[in-house]
Amino acid sequence: MLPELGQFALILALLLAALQAFFGIAGAHLRRDRWLAAVAPAVAGQFVMVATAIACLVTAFVSHDFSVRYVAENSNSALPLFYRVTALWGAHEGSLLLWIFLLASWTLAVAVGAARLPPRFGARVLGVLGVVSFGFLLFTLATSNPFLRLIPAAPDGRDLNPILQDPALAIHPPILYTGYVGFAVAFAFACAAMLEGRLDQAWARWTRPWTTSAWAFLTVGIALGSWWAYYELGWGGFWFWDPVENASFMPWLVGTALVHSLAVTDKRGLFKSWTLLLAILAFSLSLLGTFLVRSGVLVSVHSFAADPTRGIFILMFLIIMIGGSLTLYAWRAPLLRSSAGFELTARESFLLFNNILLVIAAAIVFGGTMAPLIADALGLPTLSVGLPYFNPTFLLPILPLLALLPVGLHAKWKKGRLEQEQRGILVTLAVALVLALAVAFGVFARAAILTLVGLTLGPWIILSSLLDPIDRWRRKLSVSRAVLGMTIAHIGIGLFVIGITVVQSFTQEHDVALGRGDTANVGGYEFRFEGVNGMEGPNYDGVRGSVVVTRHAAPVATLQPEKRRYWVQGTVTTEAAIKMNRGTNVLIALGDDLGAGRWSVRIQVRPLISLVWLAALIMAIGGAVAVSDRRYQPATRSATDAAPAGAAAKEGAG
Amino acid sequence: MTPRRRRLALVVGVLAGVAIAGGLTLRALRANVMFFFDPSQVVSGEAPQDQRFRLGGMVEKGSVQRAPGSLEVNFVVTDFRHELPVRYTGVLPDLFREGQGVIAHGRIGANGVFVADEVLAKHDEKYMPPEVARALKKEAATAAGSPRAGS
Repeated sequence: MLPELGQFALILALLLAALQAFFGIAGAHLRRDRWLAAVAPAVAGQFVMVATAIACLVTAFVSHDFSVRYVAENSNSALPLFYRVTALWGAHEGSLLLWIFLLASWTLAVAVGAARLPPRFGARVLGVLGVVSFGFLLFTLATSNPFLRLIPAAPDGRDLNPILQDPALAIHPPILYTGYVGFAVAFAFACAAMLEGRLDQAWARWTRPWTTSAWAFLTVGIALGSWWAYYELGWGGFWFWDPVENASFMPWLVGTALVHSLAVTDKRGLFKSWTLLLAILAFSLSLLGTFLVRSGVLVSVHSFAADPTRGIFILMFLIIMIGGSLTLYAWRAPLLRSSAGFELTARESFLLFNNILLVIAAAIVFGGTMAPLIADALGLPTLSVGLPYFNPTFLLPILPLLALLPVGLHAKWKKGRLEQEQRGILVTLAVALVLALAVAFGVFARAAILTLVGLTLGPWIILSSLLDPIDRWRRKLSVSRAVLGMTIAHIGIGLFVIGITVVQSFTQEHDVALGRGDTANVGGYEFRFEGVNGMEGPNYDGVRGSVVVTRHAAPVATLQPEKRRYWVQGTVTTEAAIKMNRGTNVLIALGDDLGAGRWSVRIQVRPLISLVWLAALIMAIGGAVAVSDRRYQPATRSATDAAPAGAAAKEGAG
Repeated sequence: MTPRRRRLALVVGVLAGVAIAGGLTLRALRANVMFFFDPSQVVSGEAPQDQRFRLGGMVEKGSVQRAPGSLEVNFVVTDFRHELPVRYTGVLPDLFREGQGVIAHGRIGANGVFVADEVLAKHDEKYMPPEVARALKKEAATAAGSPRAGS
């Protein structure tokens, strides 16, 4: 019964989404204010219906209802309760349901916040969100229904993919999707502004907290995914430029540009058309990501489903959304005139460069991700694009971007008076350079040019970000939450640059063949292999190795990497053992039994890798702090209005 | 500068930037993509001799050999028409198995052995790299009915 109830709830949600779209957009257009009153109830009803559907599916998983095909394919009677719940988004159908649920949650939050927007504008925003929701609900019901029955019921399930049986992966998809879906809100605000022809600065201000929240979630989501890949895929890699990673990274790059461009539109009324285009682009890339991951055109670690009808549906949806919004843009473009000017060294210029460079970076990732598909479509030889393309090419726009940041921070709006700030900029640069040389030669005793560049840029960004807040604090002036948030996020960027530079420059990795009692030396650590023992877990068995790690004869840890075989699918997984020691991660993964009592073992010493993820978290916290600024909370009804966005962003940061 | 001129300069600047970035991207793409070949193409000499490429096919049953206790492993990749010996030193992925699809990155070494520096077998039992699937389908179509070599 429950699965049917879930499906029924989804159908009702589809109808409510249609009502929400119609009353919101048509009601505002025809100025029928009574129609507008129906929008908020439709939003609430839709949320309840989607939540009901989720609850039904969770119940099916928890109670081992293997007559539901999705449950039979992704669960098993031996699967622990926690993973039975998270198995909900372990495959295609359930992830879509999660997507829809998060969209419904964002929409509900917007509806609560929209109470303070002009009624017609708020209705239009919710109407556009209704269109998006309608498309995804239709997609789910038509091509990816999670409630389909399996008759006769399976005696037992085929189990959740073992690499997904992991705590980080339990929270990675919801947080990542919250970010993805959050750009739908920015998109809806942009479309509403264009529909209404209300292209002043107000819509940019209303959009900012939502966009920043979505951006913060996406940041945390991507970092979690990278962390998971590092320890769970078993081989110590943390970013593969895999198409699915790129699919989440492209919206992040454009979203970062959007966060900055919205600031210019909000404060100065400039870049209006550019901001609109970025809002459209960020959401389009989110949709494109969904298309790439879900249609099966790209095969990667993440894409579980390959079904051409799904691909065509999403492609059509993509064309309608992008085509529709760009048509809207073309229609409204004549209204977009910015009159104000600015000087070359004004803050606006730096933010313009920031935007151009970020969009170029996104284009580079896009080119590399799409090239194999395009070559394939044109009948060219099958090709693959990987690290050798992405790593050097991506740096081309990113290095200038990072170098402009510590300078641009001190530029004033409108008039470039950088000369006054010259001293601070140069002093921080000099300090950073000294630090870089000290770290490179003092700690690691060697350095390539790029290492020095990275180690200089990171501290320079941090120090330069701190100049202004410290100055204000000294003069006993208050620092607004928005500025504080920006500073925290920029410090996050600086830490990230330091982390990634050290990781890329000083990681040491060796595959070695070790027998019992053999030792290996990697990166200043000594590893003594103590052999392997058999072991058994709740739904798997395997072997566990034991490796004693010492540094300068002092014990560091005994690491126990595992090789597991999950019973139901027979899948073998590698569970790396990791120990963090003074900021350096030591990772050991057990390879194969080589015979003659020896095992292949991968040993990897990665300094400061944790800083990379921590830095991403700090960036997101910066976003959350900025969202909580008073500016976004009008004097009337301040407490309730901005709370959802602030609370949501904080949740993501934590 | 008048505002109009400044805008013109800005547009020209942006376009130039995008053009340079685009050019560099294409250049990087041309220098850094790897092409895919199956054993038949390698045997017929279509694959580059002096460049890295991706070799794809199935790991032939019974072909995986290693000297006991050594990291070096030898196996044969087949598309059921031609075979190519592959040598690799290092840890093999979890799903590397005889009779399963595999992709190896590397180049042709001395005496025609493909020396791999990376071996990929993806995280799905049923997974077959799309290139391999296509190559196998093509082979099956041309060699329909004839007994499969090497099995």
